[in-house]
Amino acid sequence: MDGVQLVRMINDISNFFSSEEDQEIAVAGVVGHITKFWNPRMRRQLVEYVNESGVGGLSDLGQLAVNKLEQAH
Amino acid sequence: MSTTVWRDLGTPESPSENFVDLLVDGVPVSVPEGTSVLRAASEAGLSIPKLCATESLEAFGSCRLCLVEIEGRRGYPASCTTPAESGMVVRTQTDKLAKIRREVMELYISDHPLDCLTCSANGDCELQDMAGVVGLRDVRYGVSGENHLDAKKDESNPYFTFDASKCIVCSRCVRACEETQGTFALTIDGRGFGSTVSAGQKESFLGSECVSCGACVSACPTATLMEKSVIEKGIPERSVKTTCAYCGVGCSFKAEVKGNDVVRMVPDSDGKANRGHSCVKGRFAFGYATHKDRITKPMIRNKITDPWKEVSWDEAVSYAASQFKMIQKKYGKTAVGGITSSRCTNEETYLVQKLIRAAFGNNNVDTCARVCHSPTGYGLKATLGESAGTQDFDSVMHTDVAIVIGANPTDGHPVFASRLKKRLRQGAKLIVVDPRKIDLVDGPHVKASHHLKLMPGTNVAIVNSIAHVIYTEELHDVEFIKERCDATQFGKWVSFIGQDRNSPEELETITGVPANEVREAARLYASCKNGAIYYGLGVTEHSQGSTMVLGIANLAMLTGNIGRPGVGVNPLRGQNNVQGACDMGSFPHELPGYRHLSDSVTRELFEREWNVSIDPEPGFRIPNMLDAAHSNEFMGIYVQGEDIAQSDPNTQHVTSALEAMECVVVQDIFLNETAKYAHVILPGASFLEKDGTFTNAERRISRIRKVMEPLAGKADWEATVMLSNALGYPMDYTHPSQIMDEIARLTPTFTGVSYEKLDEGSIQWPCNDEAPDGTPIMHISEFVIGKGRFVITEYVPTSERTTRKFPLILTTGRILSQYNVGAQTRRTENVAWHDEDRLEIHPSDAELRGVKSDDWVGIRSRAGETVLRAYVTDRVQPGVVYTTFHFPESGANVITTDNSDWATNCPEFKVTAVQVEPVTQPAEWQKQFQEFNEQQLDLLAQATESERV
Repeated sequence: MDGVQLVRMINDISNFFSSEEDQEIAVAGVVGHITKFWNPRMRRQLVEYVNESGVGGLSDLGQLAVNKLEQAH
Repeated sequence: MSTTVWRDLGTPESPSENFVDLLVDGVPVSVPEGTSVLRAASEAGLSIPKLCATESLEAFGSCRLCLVEIEGRRGYPASCTTPAESGMVVRTQTDKLAKIRREVMELYISDHPLDCLTCSANGDCELQDMAGVVGLRDVRYGVSGENHLDAKKDESNPYFTFDASKCIVCSRCVRACEETQGTFALTIDGRGFGSTVSAGQKESFLGSECVSCGACVSACPTATLMEKSVIEKGIPERSVKTTCAYCGVGCSFKAEVKGNDVVRMVPDSDGKANRGHSCVKGRFAFGYATHKDRITKPMIRNKITDPWKEVSWDEAVSYAASQFKMIQKKYGKTAVGGITSSRCTNEETYLVQKLIRAAFGNNNVDTCARVCHSPTGYGLKATLGESAGTQDFDSVMHTDVAIVIGANPTDGHPVFASRLKKRLRQGAKLIVVDPRKIDLVDGPHVKASHHLKLMPGTNVAIVNSIAHVIYTEELHDVEFIKERCDATQFGKWVSFIGQDRNSPEELETITGVPANEVREAARLYASCKNGAIYYGLGVTEHSQGSTMVLGIANLAMLTGNIGRPGVGVNPLRGQNNVQGACDMGSFPHELPGYRHLSDSVTRELFEREWNVSIDPEPGFRIPNMLDAAHSNEFMGIYVQGEDIAQSDPNTQHVTSALEAMECVVVQDIFLNETAKYAHVILPGASFLEKDGTFTNAERRISRIRKVMEPLAGKADWEATVMLSNALGYPMDYTHPSQIMDEIARLTPTFTGVSYEKLDEGSIQWPCNDEAPDGTPIMHISEFVIGKGRFVITEYVPTSERTTRKFPLILTTGRILSQYNVGAQTRRTENVAWHDEDRLEIHPSDAELRGVKSDDWVGIRSRAGETVLRAYVTDRVQPGVVYTTFHFPESGANVITTDNSDWATNCPEFKVTAVQVEPVTQPAEWQKQFQEFNEQQLDLLAQATESERV
């Protein structure tokens, strides 16, 4: 799937959870949302895309969530 | 024309809990205070003749036929307008009364055509019945005097006629238009003998403000207002109770049938969703079911450029199954999936998701709610604990202040709108939050106290500012929050909402709504006894759709407007079975009953019942499927009753994805836009051709019943059973009731549901041991999740911005006479009201561009371009343009972008930056569409021709 689109999606999700002041909870929120609603292939492709193309366009919270997803894999 | 005479109790039921006792013709009767003598007599089993009275309307007292004698009172009072009192002694049959009634009838008949034998209402006419009841044997006045016998017939309405020569001026039609529908299109023109029923200001019915709901036709006691279908076919022979297949109101109807033909659809007065009312779609627009465009034979082809080949069901299903198996072998198990339909039954959507999970072995199932109310499911589950509205429709009659946000009920949910308008006429207040001046803002005897005319895309800013006012002005319900809501969550939310940046003054420049107007609206909602919020796709179809649903739930909890009649959070679902399709596990992350796949206990329950193992990970959503098709990861799809090529955003992206797939199986009643990209067509069955259930916006599960045999020989669920068997996963259902039994076994909120129970009447889920009769109102003493959860709703502007190149915002909606993608209503006489989609543009924007109404204009967005005719109107505000999406050639979704809700990927249909300018020819896409459409229709015609050869 299109990595740019996946980055856009995680940024949108991160925007919502960024209102949480506790960063750990915010990251858990993004990761939890993606784990709950995204197909695992999309999660994997997101991590691969970010690793391959760098963090261009990815929000800070999105990056932290991607790191967390990568650890989980 | 009415369908019931003797079951009609004459006047409405009184809501009083105090009873009065009286004697009617010696029979003791006990009735609620406020009941008319006419109704009291009817309840005692006695029939008083009547013409102007009917139980759906307030008593009027004009026909003078229902006169009675009451001991101790002078004269002969009309029983319809006389309230029953304790100790009253009433006589309904005396010689004097008989004489008066005969003479009254004689006067009526002296100005009425004596053509009963050839009249379309012969055998179903209250006037005819009453003439018999009162024993009228002679008319002394002849017909040579002044009369109305040559009055002109109005046949302008496509569905009914108005024959003034047969009118007895009882005002039932006028009162039905006022009281039941709330349109006030009809009036009595003139005085005395010259009184006539008039549509508008002596206009034709079609040319007037009449919305063709049929209430007047149902109320008419003669053949004056008569369905053309009855005039053509005669009085129906039998009646089958069923449920409308249009919007989420889910009206109950009696399909009245002659042989295998539906003659008319009559709204069921016992229907709990509609209380005997209807709209033009449900009442009249059923002709599509037998339209010549119906696909009635299964068809297959190798490529979409090949002619269709008509084949047997076995061959079509075998071909589809072999193609799906081949794709899975070649691309992997997850390379196929399917889409369930909100137009199909609960049983059918359940089966499709079961087929995908059990026979395909993956969770790539999604539903059209993805593009409408998926944010409702997310938002209400996260806050209140259940993915559904909290009330029944009756609740609105207890509402003091209603907020309608991003919904246009008079067009989208007309029968509910009529109830809301009735309540508003009783004194309730209305707040409308909408970029456009919808009819409710300022209509006949209805005027919104506040119209928060916000800029599209700023819903969350508005809901936050309303909540800010309520909290900072201490108008919130402290006790409710303390008792019913999670304190920690509320504390966090308060620290957010209380900030000045959420004040109406700070957000005014974003929303475009004057701060004071927001403050007044917030105070009105917060200070009333019962406040209810109704919302539609103007809330959900945004990049912050889910956030807005969370904000609405926050608002209801903040004011304690949850858990009793008159309040609540009420999503107005677009299609008839959106709620049901979602309930039935159509989303890729959850099983029926909104239980996530990762819940091993639930998964094991289904695994045992289905005898398969279920993947615990979510599958693809529709947009994911389409994206994956472009990268050869998703190559086959089974689409039941949906038309993603028309209804989903960024049409070119959708159609190129379909073109990339190796097997597209479409099950539909017509060759819809998606079917033009299909390799297999399985003919669908309309709602008249099958048994099943629909679940409406108030969680009401209602039966639909087979009225006629499926034109293609199979109901949709039967086709799914065949496909599953061909795929190697056995299904052996022989009736949809067995499917519902399985749903009930596996779904806690449906445990008490069965066809046997539904035959007693519709039920609102949850229906189980705790609530054996269903649950009209949810969250009464506690939320499903225990404590209600406030969620922070930060406003995040959409990335779809206006620029010099795209200076206007396009928003979309629907119109009364057409439904969704229009596949059904375009094939009915409803095109008399709306035969093309138009672009509404404000006069100042139009003038700036040199555009006049009826001019062709090009609408260009970042996604694409299309051409429509303009309609210049101040219904839209400067900077905003609006269109509907009922006609595929309009290409409304060619211009909508692939922006979507952050949580659910529900498309942002409501905000697209565009430029509008005059043009002289169709857009390039429209030219290509026309060419492709003609090619596909030709390929379809070849299939039919080869069959004939």
